[in-house]
Amino acid sequence: MTSDEIRTTLLTCLSDVAPEIGDEEIEDDADLRDELDLDSMDVLRWVQGIHKALGVEIPEEDYGKIATLGAAIDYVAARIG
Amino acid sequence: MTAGTLAKWRVSPGDPVSQGDIIAEVETDKGLIEVEVFETGVVESLLVEEGAKVPVGTPLAEIATVSVPASVSAPESAPESASVSAPASVPGRIISAGSSEVDLDGPMASPAVRRRAHELDVSLQGMHGTGDHGRITLDDVEGPAPPAPSDRVRISPYARRIASERGIDVRRVHGTGAGGAIRASDVLSAKVPAPGKPVSAAERMQRAIAAAMTRANDEIPHYYVEHAIDMGNALAWLREVNASLSVSERLVSGVLVLRAVARALHKHKKLNATWQGAEAVPSEEIHVGLAVSLRGGGLVAPALRNTNEGSLSDLMARMIDLVSRARAGALRSSEMTCATITLTALGERGVDSVTPIIFPPQVAIVGCGATAERPWVVDGQVVPRPVMHVTLGADHRVSNGHQGARFLSALDRLLQDPEKL
Repeated sequence: MTSDEIRTTLLTCLSDVAPEIGDEEIEDDADLRDELDLDSMDVLRWVQGIHKALGVEIPEEDYGKIATLGAAIDYVAARIG
Repeated sequence: MTAGTLAKWRVSPGDPVSQGDIIAEVETDKGLIEVEVFETGVVESLLVEEGAKVPVGTPLAEIATVSVPASVSAPESAPESASVSAPASVPGRIISAGSSEVDLDGPMASPAVRRRAHELDVSLQGMHGTGDHGRITLDDVEGPAPPAPSDRVRISPYARRIASERGIDVRRVHGTGAGGAIRASDVLSAKVPAPGKPVSAAERMQRAIAAAMTRANDEIPHYYVEHAIDMGNALAWLREVNASLSVSERLVSGVLVLRAVARALHKHKKLNATWQGAEAVPSEEIHVGLAVSLRGGGLVAPALRNTNEGSLSDLMARMIDLVSRARAGALRSSEMTCATITLTALGERGVDSVTPIIFPPQVAIVGCGATAERPWVVDGQVVPRPVMHVTLGADHRVSNGHQGARFLSALDRLLQDPEKL
């Protein structure tokens, strides 16, 4: 899976949680919670979506490592095998 | 809310329905609301067509209910007729898309009259209204307490008539006559408000919030008590539990607070009540309303029914469902009206504490700030602990600070034993 494919999947999962974001451009280094006004339940639902779509289970203590889109892509890429 | 538009029927005459079924969708200021049926039976007739706008309380459908277990041959199973009514959304004063307004549990008066009463510091409670159906008019308000001269707009009767015809607020017109008096020419040169500008759903919602919060501030004598709670035990327990749960079953700390609030209300029934006319009526059931901010603006506080019951996992699933539906605009009518207290958590946005305003007709609200590491004394040692500031705002007509403080202490104790939640 390429980095671009992961990006697309992560964004799809994100738009399931927050459909309001629409086609909004998300910078790779922007803090998602701040930028998209996500709360901890939204983050959990995103993590659940990623798990469903890609089979990658992100433990709670790693939430800090997926704070930005760029970081989340790297995190998932390293675990997707 | 005074009216709603029947967007869609989900049932047809002849369809069997059970208690809790969604039978229609109604478009309101608060978005699309699903109308539930409270009887079990068969839809006999639909009384309102799709697309029709009807006042709150209008019967929507007739449902034939059967008083004994259905039996084809039983002649004594005389069908009773029940009707479903248009939902009254959040009880209280909510402005509809039009500008009319109904106050469901207070004196009838238009927004302008209430504003004037507020300006003049005149209470509408118990005032005799001389308008239609006892409606309180501007004259009623201004009669007993004449406005101070500085409040009064000096305007000629002719200019006032032109202003009224054009929908111009004379208080915003600059008068060029003697002593600042407004002349007809001032009115004619004033900007006419854009006619019939469509009001967006977000604007309607903001107006509804404005109406409810204005009423809360006008009518409810709030008192506040605040308490800092050590969340260390709760978060440690949560981490442990979540580590053992699959990702689809994980809990968030908000659900612990939600449950703890519901449990703490068991012994503090004065906070779990609604103000009805002249007294508070305690509720046997505990339905905590959850303030949900909608991205892009707007706020709703739908209820999680029986928040004190069921497992935490069940409550978590219900919370996710409720918040998702709130954001998608698919709440049910009963969820919009049945909350007996509200919980608002702004800690996610990093603020230390929140001083919330009660959502009428409720009589209390709990506000949570961020859970953040703070110096805390444990066994004589200063240690860093995750601390959350919780504020209770309550109606002083119903409870007092002592009771409020005891409630927050109970909430603290419950959060120290998260496994019991």
